[in-house]
Amino acid sequence: MAVNSAATHRAIEAVWRIESAKVVACVARMVRDVGVAEELAQDALVAALEHWPEHGVPDNPGAWLMTTAKNRALDRLRQDVLHARKREELGRDLDAQEAHLVPDFVDALDAAREDDIGDDLLRLVFTACHPVLSTDARVALTLRLLGGLTTDEIARAFLVPEPTIAQRIVRAKRTLTAAKVPFEVPRADARAVRLASVLEVIYLIFNEGYSATAGDDWMRPALCEEALRLGRVLAGLVPDESEVHGLVALMEIQASRIHARVDAQGRPVLLLDQDRSRWDLLLIRRGFAALERAQALGGATGPYALQAALAACHARAHTPEQTDWAQIVALYDVLAQVRPSPVVELNRAVAVGMAFGPAAALEIVDVLAADAALANYHWLPSVRGDLLAKLGRKDEARAEFERAAAMTRNARERELLLERARGGTG
Amino acid sequence: MRFMIMVKATAMSESGAMPEESLMAVMGAYHEELAKAGVLLDATGLQPSSKGWRIQYSQGQRRVIDGPFAETKELLAGYTLIQVRSREEAMEWARRFPAPFGEHADGEIEVRQLFELDDFEPGPSVDRFRELDAARR
Repeated sequence: MAVNSAATHRAIEAVWRIESAKVVACVARMVRDVGVAEELAQDALVAALEHWPEHGVPDNPGAWLMTTAKNRALDRLRQDVLHARKREELGRDLDAQEAHLVPDFVDALDAAREDDIGDDLLRLVFTACHPVLSTDARVALTLRLLGGLTTDEIARAFLVPEPTIAQRIVRAKRTLTAAKVPFEVPRADARAVRLASVLEVIYLIFNEGYSATAGDDWMRPALCEEALRLGRVLAGLVPDESEVHGLVALMEIQASRIHARVDAQGRPVLLLDQDRSRWDLLLIRRGFAALERAQALGGATGPYALQAALAACHARAHTPEQTDWAQIVALYDVLAQVRPSPVVELNRAVAVGMAFGPAAALEIVDVLAADAALANYHWLPSVRGDLLAKLGRKDEARAEFERAAAMTRNARERELLLERARGGTG
Repeated sequence: MRFMIMVKATAMSESGAMPEESLMAVMGAYHEELAKAGVLLDATGLQPSSKGWRIQYSQGQRRVIDGPFAETKELLAGYTLIQVRSREEAMEWARRFPAPFGEHADGEIEVRQLFELDDFEPGPSVDRFRELDAARR
């Protein structure tokens, strides 16, 4: 390689970040294997790293990468035909076959269907989030193929050694090949379930960055931003799916609070104690817009849209006192029907307590106390203690706070709970 | 990190003439690309300075001056706000920005990185600014 300036390398890296998903997706349509497609796309990147520092970054770097990768794919397909092993598989795909027979034809075809990049990307999204893969594998593969993140970056974000992620991705690609997962958008009957898997993966990535208090400070916010970006991309790919907009709305509004969620010492700050002037107004506004879109598409009762609507209730209140708790209770009522869970029920109880007083909330919590699913959930005794304290039942409250303190693994939280047990306001 | 791509005004934009259909299409396509890539946060065009005003602060006095303003190149005609992962990525998107007034017309864009509130040391004046920010909601 010629004298390569660091600046050119960083420029190539940036182009790669922008273009890699499209390149992998397009090549995967040709070769019908995301593992092979990623290899070929990587080859194109290597070629760029060799050529660009010497000859300069081309005017249209995306097209350069795409063409280079496609040519590698055509070479690959030719070899495969020579070996005659993939003949049958090729037959399944007219585009790929014709690409082989008449290389010019595929260009004409691509020009005519430029917008199909979107279709290819969507296929890539569904493939990376395919249910044959473990959740961890889906997350890693999505960040790798759609985010263009390096294995090192993914490893830093998830606080695991780099070889672990590298291996996870290799295995995931093998699993897809072995299971003969078709590179396609699922048909109507499977689409809802498969889309749910995609949304789950994106929200997992978001939460990994959002909820952890430990870890690489640089990569954690990056995970939130990447999940948000993926959500926005997906919303563009399937604009009629209300839950995608619901998820985007939820992430935009939650992300608006990122800077208010920890205090100067890095300790977590609860929603009602947050300095609302630190909330990001632009993200809140974008969240509201996405939520409106979800609702306009008839998706107001989707689980993500409901959670977004709940987040929006808080975002609308300039002060904690202005929170519309009755509306929050109403939303939790619906969520409890759509997606019943003890945790949702507990949150509903908290909202009922704020809206209608501690006695009404305690009734709900007492029913939950019998639920085995929450036996180790420290928020239950914590909430119960709070309600009892508000009702003036001090001894019972103390016992609950002590129980909660014994259950939490977070030292800071334990401290707060013990303080409350001692009768402080906590 | 966030960057603002600012389009500098020209005599044409200051005249209030609407851009040609073909230019609108090119700009629309570019912003669609930004949206598809998930990096577009906000974008808008600004009306000519003849509809705006300035307030000058001098020696403890403030003076309102109505537009239009002569030094066209110092005026803005619009902006595009993006969120990207690196300065280089912002550079790459900026390189792809269409010639703002048509391929053969003169024009200029300027790209600036936004401060995040966290870039400032905490202090009473920053807190005050945040309060103002919150009050705007």
